[in-house]
Amino acid sequence: MKPANLTINPRFDTWLKFQADETVRVATGKVEIGQGVVTALSQIAAEELDLSLSQVVILAGDTDQGPNERYTSSSLSIMDSGAAIRAVCAEARALLLRRAALRLNCGGEQLSVEEGAFLVDGASTGLTYWDLANDVDWSQAPTGEAIPKATQDYRIVGQSIPRHDLPEKLTGRAFIHDWLPDGVVHARVLRQPGRGAVLQSLDEAAIKRAAGADIEVLREANFVAFVGADESAVETAAAAAPEHAQWSGAPQINPDQQEAAWLRDQPAIERKFGAEDAAAPQGDLVGELVQATFSRPYVAHASMAPSCALALFEDAHLTIWSHGQGMHPLRANLANVVGLPEAAITARHMNGAGCYGHNGADDAALDAALIAMRMPGRHIRLQWRREDEFGFEPFGPAMLVDISVRVDDAGRPSDWTAEIWSPTHVQRPLPDSGSLLAAEALENPPPVQIPDDPPEERGGGGTRNAKPYYDIPNSRIHHHLVTTPPVRTSALRTLGALPNVFALEAMMDELASRAGEDPLDYRLSLLPDQRARAVLEEAAARADWRSRGAGGEGRGLGLAFSRYKNTAAYAAVVVALHVDEEVHLEKICVVADTGLVINPDGVRNQLEGGVVQGASWTLKEQVQMQGPGVTSLDWDSYPILRFSEIPEIEAEVLDRPEEPSLGVGECAVSPTAAAIGNAVAHALGVRIHHMPLSRQRIMETLLT
Amino acid sequence: MPETYKLTINGVAREVVAGAALPLIYVLRNELGLMGTRYGCGLEQCGSCMVLIDGEPSYACTRAMDSMAGRDVRTVEGMGTVAAPHPLQQAFIDEQAGQCGYCLSGILISAMALLERNPDPSRAHITAALDGHLCRCGAHERIIRAIGRAAAVMRGEERP
Repeated sequence: MKPANLTINPRFDTWLKFQADETVRVATGKVEIGQGVVTALSQIAAEELDLSLSQVVILAGDTDQGPNERYTSSSLSIMDSGAAIRAVCAEARALLLRRAALRLNCGGEQLSVEEGAFLVDGASTGLTYWDLANDVDWSQAPTGEAIPKATQDYRIVGQSIPRHDLPEKLTGRAFIHDWLPDGVVHARVLRQPGRGAVLQSLDEAAIKRAAGADIEVLREANFVAFVGADESAVETAAAAAPEHAQWSGAPQINPDQQEAAWLRDQPAIERKFGAEDAAAPQGDLVGELVQATFSRPYVAHASMAPSCALALFEDAHLTIWSHGQGMHPLRANLANVVGLPEAAITARHMNGAGCYGHNGADDAALDAALIAMRMPGRHIRLQWRREDEFGFEPFGPAMLVDISVRVDDAGRPSDWTAEIWSPTHVQRPLPDSGSLLAAEALENPPPVQIPDDPPEERGGGGTRNAKPYYDIPNSRIHHHLVTTPPVRTSALRTLGALPNVFALEAMMDELASRAGEDPLDYRLSLLPDQRARAVLEEAAARADWRSRGAGGEGRGLGLAFSRYKNTAAYAAVVVALHVDEEVHLEKICVVADTGLVINPDGVRNQLEGGVVQGASWTLKEQVQMQGPGVTSLDWDSYPILRFSEIPEIEAEVLDRPEEPSLGVGECAVSPTAAAIGNAVAHALGVRIHHMPLSRQRIMETLLT
Repeated sequence: MPETYKLTINGVAREVVAGAALPLIYVLRNELGLMGTRYGCGLEQCGSCMVLIDGEPSYACTRAMDSMAGRDVRTVEGMGTVAAPHPLQQAFIDEQAGQCGYCLSGILISAMALLERNPDPSRAHITAALDGHLCRCGAHERIIRAIGRAAAVMRGEERP
């Protein structure tokens, strides 16, 4: 089947360029966000083209020269861009091979390729791809029908190739933040406290005095920027600005609103999926009813670096450098706000700090663009303050999950209902509506987005992984898509899967306990999928699951399973921990099945990172808010897992070269959260239903 | 008013003109082009900007220039290069210890200070030395391993 991204980008030369220095430039719309995808994609290209890795140069995220592959999101880069690159490289190789056969007057079956050079019956010919590249019309559309290399012939795919980007990142300049073009001016912004807030007065003179050096103050409606050659002066100006600004109509947040429980009574779009409602007559729904409520508060991306962008408006053309997840969508969104046609905008990706979903990158890009449009000919380097990053990133939404299960005589679930309250999980900017912060601060803000969530066939948002992967006769989801959250929410690694899997897998342990069965055996009795069983059994074996005791004395062993989106990678996690006044992680073992593995160490790195981030969200994190906005504006008020709290982590990948690759970035996160919840319940003999499983929650639980 | 400060940076004597209150990070990055010292929070909370000042790990984001005269500063650029990495940098590559990499230069600095003090650190020593550093991608386990590996290499017990 022709990869979808080849249909969207139907020219060879969008993907491939045979360059004069005997390299091949391979373009992708997916970008490096800390996950190592550029290295993995280069492996796929080198493999199919029979090149060495040093002959492949990746161009990632460039609207002038590369393909539009939307966003680098949802663990789809290897599945989408990888499939397109594999197909286009296999076809390019076949086209060049045909040319070589004509030129060398030999049969195609006699030909092979080594590092881009043609061999006839194994003997070198002196002829290379680059000799023939000009003979092929690369403006034509790939058919997508060339047969890629058989997996047993792989020599680069499946190897733990070191990441291309790491040496630079360990020795100096490596990030968008580190680029200072000649004549660059630095910029910071004063953020509108919330949509609709109006700037009544701004004491520009006081701000300039605070800056201590020459700065400019740009103001348009409710958008304010401080610009100057001295970065520390614009930083100081921005730090001083809030006390010299008077706003009206700023939002007022009641602290109750930061809790997931607040969601239950809010206006919502009602969505239902799965079996008919249990209340409707549909046969016998006998059996005991087991119910529980779980929740997760608002959580943050909390990237290590404040968002940054550079922009240059020159000769009626706007160039933007951004660490966002998708350069083509960014260009479309910017075009609408700045009033330029897309053809007059170039968006180029540069490395930023780790990105785990829709963060402030796109907003920073618009900030930079607006400033650049007002200062033609100057490179603008815009950076958020740490307080902006914590205060204005789009947050991972709070979720409240009620699970109701009917249990049959054999102790097995016969009917499962997940009732979910959640704000939207995807609110990326759109060309014709709001959600880019600076656009909302301008004179005529775009209309508010009507909240929506990704469709179920793409894994859903608030509903993600709410449907059990287990063999249960009836299951349904009732999703209250809450429309009036106190803060902007959008995509954060796993979307709703983390809270849903936390709830689902807690309920599975509860049902196992009621049935008097071991949690592993209970799950296996409901899991026909052999690949699911394999990850669970392997994780259990590695973590010595069978040694698990009765619990309740402070030490806990917990497990959980999830197949991401119920269609992608499989992961099982076993957590060993102990609890005194707080949770101490000891060891976490994760086993995943991600189909064909491109780079085993890269996959393990993603699994380990997913475990740590999942553990951090589960144990420690909650966005605090009150008054006009977020009050957890630094790392003290928004703590994350520290080095001294990191458990030993064992990550393993089952080798399935015959199966298609399944994206790996998110699969370990949710089962880690759930396994921690189950291990804490095992340690304490009582379950904590609400994240974070913090010291305060532990104490509350132990005292009741 | 700006003043002239004489200090040593990565072994080279430098004179910089800066305001007394200017944080060191802006001098390193914007005046001297030493971009490995990264801005994370400006609050001494994340460790992205860690440098050695007279051998002590110090936050460059808040360190005012008027305390810098005559000091010896070392940044990640002083450790090694892509072509000739420091054993710690090499160990981070060998262990693939990083994801986004934004936190790494500060961590390398604290690790270097640790190994200069304690050539054979335990896991607890390593995590204690890094507890002023945050990593959001979750590369901790690899980073801890890499520092142990570099220590072994620097003791001559393991081949680089």
